[in-house]
Amino acid sequence: MIRSYVAVRQILLALAALLALYPVWFMISTAFKDERDYASSPYGFPWPLDFGNFREAVHGGAFATWFTNSVVLTVGAVILSTAFAALAAFAIARMSFRGRDLFLSINVALMVVPPVVMLIPLFIFFTQIGFVSTYHGVILIYAGLTLPFSVYLLANFFRSIPHELIESALTDGASNLRVLLAIVLPLSAPALVTLVVVNALWVWNELLIALVFLPEDSLRTLMVGVTVFQNRFTLNVPVTMAGMLLATAPMIVLYLFGQRFFIRGLTAGAVKG
Amino acid sequence: MLRTRPWVPYLYVAPAIGLLGLVFAYPIYKVADFSTRLIRGATGPRVGTLNYRLIFEDPTFREAVKHSALLLLAVPILLVISILASVLLYDRMRGWRIYRSVLFLPYILAVPVVGIVASYIFQLNGVLNSILRGLRLDGLAQNWIGSERLALWTVMIVIVWREVGFGIVLFLARLLSLSEEQLEAARIDGAGWWNRLRYVILPELRGTIEFYVVVAAITVLAWIFAYVYTLTAGGPGTSSIVYELYIYRQGFVNSLPGMASAAAVLLLGVTTVLITILMWVRARAREQEGLGA
Repeated sequence: MIRSYVAVRQILLALAALLALYPVWFMISTAFKDERDYASSPYGFPWPLDFGNFREAVHGGAFATWFTNSVVLTVGAVILSTAFAALAAFAIARMSFRGRDLFLSINVALMVVPPVVMLIPLFIFFTQIGFVSTYHGVILIYAGLTLPFSVYLLANFFRSIPHELIESALTDGASNLRVLLAIVLPLSAPALVTLVVVNALWVWNELLIALVFLPEDSLRTLMVGVTVFQNRFTLNVPVTMAGMLLATAPMIVLYLFGQRFFIRGLTAGAVKG
Repeated sequence: MLRTRPWVPYLYVAPAIGLLGLVFAYPIYKVADFSTRLIRGATGPRVGTLNYRLIFEDPTFREAVKHSALLLLAVPILLVISILASVLLYDRMRGWRIYRSVLFLPYILAVPVVGIVASYIFQLNGVLNSILRGLRLDGLAQNWIGSERLALWTVMIVIVWREVGFGIVLFLARLLSLSEEQLEAARIDGAGWWNRLRYVILPELRGTIEFYVVVAAITVLAWIFAYVYTLTAGGPGTSSIVYELYIYRQGFVNSLPGMASAAAVLLLGVTTVLITILMWVRARAREQEGLGA
């Protein structure tokens, strides 16, 4: 009875793992095949490894431009979102004021409001004030969309910091802002890393906003770029897969090294609170 | 609590409130306003409920609603797979962490990349069909993306493939936080696998199940633009158009922002109902499980 359960479990899990990995394996293995190799054995092992697809994928420099744009937007949005969230979460966790609970509830609710609802008014407003096709415009949108989750996560974490640590700083005459910067934030390093990872992943992977607000070729993000790429190389599967691999590689590498931050962060909205 | 002058806390929350105002509050107010106007440029004359009547008369809108509703079928599928996988993993047998990492990996991948890779796997001469033909299952080899009958279901398969990782990790986290004793007691009593699941595990997961169902429903209704855009672009014809893609097309391809806004307002209404349920579920879960839950 027990033994058959263990056997069935192993089979089911192996099957699930195979299904989860196969598309990733398809992407990676195809990226290292030349076209003829791919045509003759689409699911064989890529040998000898062929790096020509990567050369062709980055040829012309567009790929590097998209990559840079994604990095700029991700870094900008994550910094802005984290900074604003830290200030707000500090007030929520450590000060008492009217509307505090309401503000936290609003943040929880906004976490699931779909961006497509705000898309049209934002686009029209940003057109009026000249924020379309600019880095700062899109950074503001991304920072705003990730802010509710950031506030929520940090407020929960700040609340768990022992009182005594803060009290002792206050008796030393530290100001509130000093308490936040010198005591609370350093103690919150794990939460901050989790937050940065989750928000960076979200911004890096976002398509709809980037598609609408950054239509010019020179400002395209990697995610918009890969859709252009797909159309351009549509018949050359290996080159397309090389492009897809380059676009996801940063996040896969981050995941391999800091898995627990991804798993903790992405389930944080659910398990806690 | 820190002692502060009464206005100081507001200074700290002001930047966040300003940004939320710009990205959420102002656009939500405006989208409601736009939905009652004939928009040209930044505003236009009031037309009452015309935009709403127009979308309801639009066959493409009805298709989009129908498809988004059909995609809700992904929610029970996601739920069942997530619970089963987490139950298989929760007793920490050797290698469970590796399985967790592997099953969570798809959720890390960017949706546009997933959509594009899937489009090559599912295309008529793609890998899936050649595998099926290789296994002498020619009857199962289908035009997954190019046929009106299957395109939407292919989108759903890809959504489930990527999103299920989140569910597995979520339920697993909840199961790992449970006390061993209860589950052990049931095992010693001779309760079979199914009875343990039914009478011990599922009741413990109830709060997480409620939360997950609401979140998954919101995801499927309103956060799947990138899947459809990269995989089928809503086609062939309108056979896989979904609600978000409809808003995007009316707003930015067909230049009908009034109709797009009306559709957005209705979507906001549906998500608001779901969010209210979510808040209620969370409040109740907190009450039941105490502060640390």
